[in-house]
Amino acid sequence: MNARIESKPGPVKNRTTVERKSDREVVVTRTINGPARIVFEAFTKAELLERWWVPKSLGMTLLSCEVDARVGGKYRLVFDHSPEPAAFFGTYVEVKPYSRLAWTNDEGGEGGPVTTVTFEEKGGKTLVVLRESHPSKEALDAAGTGAVEAMGETFDQLDELLVALGESPGQ
Amino acid sequence: MAQYLPTRLDTSFAALSDATRRGVLEQLGRADASITDLAEKFHMTLTGMKKHVGVLEQAGFVATKKIGRVRTCQLGPRRLEEETAWLERYRQRWDERFDELNKVVEELTRKEKSDERKNRK
Repeated sequence: MNARIESKPGPVKNRTTVERKSDREVVVTRTINGPARIVFEAFTKAELLERWWVPKSLGMTLLSCEVDARVGGKYRLVFDHSPEPAAFFGTYVEVKPYSRLAWTNDEGGEGGPVTTVTFEEKGGKTLVVLRESHPSKEALDAAGTGAVEAMGETFDQLDELLVALGESPGQ
Repeated sequence: MAQYLPTRLDTSFAALSDATRRGVLEQLGRADASITDLAEKFHMTLTGMKKHVGVLEQAGFVATKKIGRVRTCQLGPRRLEEETAWLERYRQRWDERFDELNKVVEELTRKEKSDERKNRK
């Protein structure tokens, strides 16, 4: 499946595209009206990031936003969430001013996806390419069995086993 | 940062990443088939095909039923449209986020330009 979805081109609004590149990667692209330096700052300065990172449709309020955009530096975003606030956090693994940024997503434990963003300036505008990448297919497969689903599968397998046993008398 | 890829979708993507498995889905879209039929059609061993069907079944794309000694496969409860719909919701969320980013960047860019003009005076 090479699903690719684009918004309709408008006269002013730039298009956001989302493409599933492989079994472990999703890529989002968007052109932003401004130089790469400013776009990069909007990603790496907490007071700017908190102004745009939380989409309204998410229905969540950002309680705090800490960003230390240096290699090895951490970020931590805490959302108002019931019953407890939800924290998203990780470490910056690549910080190349105005051109490239990468961070880990550690809220789900180790071996979570890595987000890589590149900034490419052209004629005063910046093409932002954001890539969410799982470290391996195995990690993805492991992440694919959520507890609830795993339970369902276990019961399904048990059912199958019981049916199979019932079908083979004398064994 | 905030990760919106639901794990169920991860399983779907993994299931659909393989050409043989996509072929199996196409085949089942035309008619139900036994694992033996599918193995022959795709020139595979029975064990190999069982693995593929297992992955598709876990992701909900295929349902299997044992009738007598034969395991029959048919399309499962999930459909590709569902994945496309998810991708569109994902896109809308990023679109919304990037719209806000665009506002912030445009504002800062304007501010910088007017500061430059002031400085030149």
